[in-house]
Amino acid sequence: MSEAMVQILTLFHSGVVYGVIILFGALGEIITEKTGHLNLGVPGIMYLGGISGLMASFFYENNNPDANTAISIILAIVFAFIGSALGGLIYAFLTISLRANQNVTGLALTIFGSGFANFFGGMLNSMSGGVGQISVATASNGFRAYISAIAGNDTKDPLYAIFGYGWLAYVAIALAVILYFVLNKTRVGLSLRAVGEDPATADAAGINVTKYKYFGICIGAGISGMGGLYYTMDYIKGTWANDGTIEALGWLAVALVIFTTWKPLNAIWGAILFGICYWSYLYIPGLDRSSSEIFKMLPYLFTLAVLIVVSLRKKRETQPPAHLGLPYFREER
Amino acid sequence: MSKSKSEPLFRISKRDDISFKKALMIRAIALAAALLVAGIVIIMIVHVNPFKVYGTMFLGAFGTRMRSWVTVRDIMTLLCIAVGLAPAFAMKFWNVGAEGQILIGGISTVFCMKYFDNLPTFVLFLVMIITSMLCGAIWGFLPGFFKANWNTNETLFTLMMNYIAIQFTSFMVAKWENPFGSNSVGIVNNDSMRGWLPSMFSSSPGDDYGWNVVIVMIAVVAMFVYLKYSKQGYEISVVGDSVNTARYAGIRVNKVYIRTMLISGAVCGLAGFVAVSGASHTISTSTAGGRGFTAIIVAWLAKFNTFTMIFISALLIFLDKGASQIASDYHINEHVSQIITSIILFFLLGCEFFINYNVKFKKSSKKSKEVAA
Repeated sequence: MSEAMVQILTLFHSGVVYGVIILFGALGEIITEKTGHLNLGVPGIMYLGGISGLMASFFYENNNPDANTAISIILAIVFAFIGSALGGLIYAFLTISLRANQNVTGLALTIFGSGFANFFGGMLNSMSGGVGQISVATASNGFRAYISAIAGNDTKDPLYAIFGYGWLAYVAIALAVILYFVLNKTRVGLSLRAVGEDPATADAAGINVTKYKYFGICIGAGISGMGGLYYTMDYIKGTWANDGTIEALGWLAVALVIFTTWKPLNAIWGAILFGICYWSYLYIPGLDRSSSEIFKMLPYLFTLAVLIVVSLRKKRETQPPAHLGLPYFREER
Repeated sequence: MSKSKSEPLFRISKRDDISFKKALMIRAIALAAALLVAGIVIIMIVHVNPFKVYGTMFLGAFGTRMRSWVTVRDIMTLLCIAVGLAPAFAMKFWNVGAEGQILIGGISTVFCMKYFDNLPTFVLFLVMIITSMLCGAIWGFLPGFFKANWNTNETLFTLMMNYIAIQFTSFMVAKWENPFGSNSVGIVNNDSMRGWLPSMFSSSPGDDYGWNVVIVMIAVVAMFVYLKYSKQGYEISVVGDSVNTARYAGIRVNKVYIRTMLISGAVCGLAGFVAVSGASHTISTSTAGGRGFTAIIVAWLAKFNTFTMIFISALLIFLDKGASQIASDYHINEHVSQIITSIILFFLLGCEFFINYNVKFKKSSKKSKEVAA
């Protein structure tokens, strides 16, 4: 195989890995935004998901010398979901029940999530002593197990570029498809979209707006949190690193929601494209360090371009939910 | 009213007006509750008497003369950003792009320090201030322009502009790297100290930060007057209340959007100048360091009153400095400050509800008529 082909395959592979983290974050945020709430707490929620899952597995594996992989994985997923859904619940309570401003509350949640995660992540690292880094090997290996019979271990093999990911990556793609069906083909999805488009009308039609908003935001947050879990368990192999990557990817997830014009299926290829954009500077010949930084602007420039084009064309299918970011108080109609 | 079978547990009604004293009391209660919750968190983590911990926090912020000045310096930087955001938020334009506007202002400041350092001192400062404000204004102009003409979502636009600014900063850091391989710009003009904001009470820069205070306080007063007493400030508040009303009144909303974002970006750019020339004397992607986001919360909680912002910025910076002190004294990591800050923010955001709305509970609802006022 030619050298260029191998490079394209490895670029694709690393793009997908980053893409999955962004994809989870974006899918959760799509649900949230469909309820009409712009949650700028996605980076914080992803932090919460990552650290909660990691801590659950850590305490289990630390207390059980011969830890069971399946239990460790289930614990990680359950706690990651609960942890990030609780973050979403704080946001939901403040913005829905206490009617606080969405943007400001979201930003506060991001501060909370990053503080919480880095605090406890740092504590876990110092608790494990010596090495200065924790490692939950059992769960991480479970998460990273891929269909090695097909994919093999050869990074140059084209099959590896398709099958060489931890299983959570395929869950993310399946989730995008499921979300598409739920949002567009079911009654629940219809009601959810109605709440985000025109809550007053939805309310009049007998939809429990508050309930839909609460559930939408909390489930959305739980899904976003899986992105953090994939990052800690798969990408950095069950450790904790305090380098702000989750936060950067979290903002990319917010960007991706716009980029996909609020459509889960677009999010699949959009996320991979973002991931590839992120790493492409490594593969473009003749870049020095400074100009590679310019290349890392690509995902953001793409998103800006989409944002502008969407607002220029004013096509109904590509518009944000009509009530996005606006508060809904029944008595103030 | 007829006999209702089940009365809801509580009823909510919007308050028409609330006395300043009562609003202040609600906020004080919220703050106390937040400190209580934060205190519980602290006990759980470090097992120390929280009062002792709050004492430590005070020492961390004001323990020595230098610490006090650094605290004041950081309050001023945060305040300057919040002041910059005030006009945008007053017209309900969600400028979450302060982070980027600060960085661009900071880059232009470093540029002037590096390449115009042969100018006379006074002229150099003038050039630095003007260019930083100009660059910030450009960064603010773009989202304002698109919002004005095509109603492009400004929250998402400004958010993306942050990351473009961050990457641009990384680019300039790589260009200006000093020494080679350090991946940082180093202290600019370390020997000549050209372009460093001087101290007010001593000859060596960095001994106090009096000039930071002067510059930012000018911005605070000017913005207060602008928003409250100028025609343009009035237009901003009308647009903020209702775009349709503004149109009906003959205000050109598009013009107001663009003009206000130019001003907002310019003041945030000025904050970049204050952060670089008045504090760090270098530039990196962490020059803004999330302060652009924190300032949003400051501006929002202060309800666009620039003088109230002084207190809120002071509170947040005090917490930040104090928590860092706790972290080093009790050997826990410094991110505890973010946790405490965010808990307090949650409470302050939540308490606004009780200021804007009156909650009557079921039992007391019959006899609470006289209390409700």
